[in-house]
Amino acid sequence: MSTPASVRVLEMQMLLLKRIWKTNLTLSFLQPLLFFLGMGLGVGSLVDGRSSSAAALGDVSYAMFLGPGLLATTAMLTAAGESLWPVLGGFKWDGSFEAMAATRLTASQVVRGQFLWLAVRMGIAVGGVAVVLAVHPDTRSWGILPAVPAALLCGLVFTAWITAWAASREYDTSFSNVQRLVITPLFLFGGAFYPVDSLPELLRPIAWVTPLWHGVELCRGFTLHSLGAIEMLGHVGVLVAWLIPGWILCDRFFARRLYR
Amino acid sequence: MTANEQPVIRARSLTKKFGEFEAVRGIDVDVRPGESFGFLGPNGAGKSSTMRMIAGVSPITSGTLEIFGLDPATHGSEIRNRLGVVPQADNLDGELTLLDNLIVYGRYFDIPRAECVSRAKELLDFVQLSDRSSGRVDSLSGGMKRRLTIARGLMNRPEMFLLDEPTTGLDPQARHILWDRLYRLKQQGVTLVLTTHYMDEAEQLCDRLVVMDAGRIVAEGSPRDLITRYSTREVLELRFGAGRNAEYEGRLAGIGDRLEVLADRVLVYADDGEAALREVNVRGLTPESSLVRRSSLEDVFLRLTGRSLEE
Repeated sequence: MSTPASVRVLEMQMLLLKRIWKTNLTLSFLQPLLFFLGMGLGVGSLVDGRSSSAAALGDVSYAMFLGPGLLATTAMLTAAGESLWPVLGGFKWDGSFEAMAATRLTASQVVRGQFLWLAVRMGIAVGGVAVVLAVHPDTRSWGILPAVPAALLCGLVFTAWITAWAASREYDTSFSNVQRLVITPLFLFGGAFYPVDSLPELLRPIAWVTPLWHGVELCRGFTLHSLGAIEMLGHVGVLVAWLIPGWILCDRFFARRLYR
Repeated sequence: MTANEQPVIRARSLTKKFGEFEAVRGIDVDVRPGESFGFLGPNGAGKSSTMRMIAGVSPITSGTLEIFGLDPATHGSEIRNRLGVVPQADNLDGELTLLDNLIVYGRYFDIPRAECVSRAKELLDFVQLSDRSSGRVDSLSGGMKRRLTIARGLMNRPEMFLLDEPTTGLDPQARHILWDRLYRLKQQGVTLVLTTHYMDEAEQLCDRLVVMDAGRIVAEGSPRDLITRYSTREVLELRFGAGRNAEYEGRLAGIGDRLEVLADRVLVYADDGEAALREVNVRGLTPESSLVRRSSLEDVFLRLTGRSLEE
């Protein structure tokens, strides 16, 4: 009859979410919808119908190209928003992690609970994007279904590394720079808005090693049925390879901070 | 202590270092089940560091520590499962209701939800906060938050309850309500371990205590014991005016057992305070004010360390 520890940690977050779910859900739909309309249809009207762009995008409309990528970027942005200040706050300001550490929970159970919460939180946001994509005839596809967990895997990579960063900081001074120097460039250059191949040759390898690009490719591959099994496994492999060390660092930093 | 009455806390040469700083310098402690035990000392004496080691949230640097006969380094989770903790700083969830705070905390111990709800209601009643159970924690006063933290710490029905400075920062009325609740727990047989820098708190709540100073234990015993051993039955407090107390040291010599000259007053330790005061008057000395009171742990601390507790 016992409940996994991570689920019990999640219960606390869900109670907090219950208080703010209305704004939270609305925003989850609104932000990707605006991106999709603004970029997909706006930029799309400039791009679509030109033979050069059709070749670069792989013979799909710009909306079809962009839409699936938004699943991955939304997961990343949510992870960044929920893993910097809220994590440091759990140690420093509201003490919620310390309260947990005084119970039978262990540091790695607290970490798992936090990841599970982020998965739920990202799931709500990514789910919002998925609904938008399913409604639009251009992007409607059964492939959206497997693309959602692919986006979550990508988001978990960011959750792990950003959480590890926040858990190892004494102050929040670097957090705006994480947003500015890591998250925003990835968002812009990670292949969601245009193919990475259109970047200057020197920049392309950088995109290839970043987890966001693999997440975007995976989501796009599922939604547009444009990737083979080997390529998909490759992308999943890279994401998992990013996830594991980030997770290990989280475990270590949480243990060091909670039990010192 | 009988053979089958295993101590709930057993520490030998317990040490805690943070880098070069030695917060706890080799202390020996035994706490028996059902006992109310106190760590008394000023800020920085090592009380909280000791408490955190006992609570299984801070690894020891050297020495040995057993809680319920278990090693916190290898059985931390198991030990914490049997402990209740009231930390020095409240870490309640301000945005949740009182009831939800308790339920969530109970769930961390894997107590079934329905059981959490019934225990939470029972405990809110115990700490006299039932009428606010669906209110948010943010709206509570400091004393109410402390009471709620106490209720939270009791959710897992702990065998031992650890309280780190439970009444620091509370007004006298809130302190008395809290003491009353803790006294009831003590009567129910819960082992209480608390740190405090209030002598009256230690005297009210502790069967036995250790006085800590600069990471070491400087004395151990029951409050009454310590007062008898390190002080006289009564104390005569004399005030000769700011900055003038030291001048009178020589002229007071020989009155009572011992003199202690502080910045704002002179303490005359004597078994009969009134007799000492008469002697002061016979010598023609006229203090601005005088007061005879019973000896307290404050006097014990002053005697042991040469310093006042709340400085």
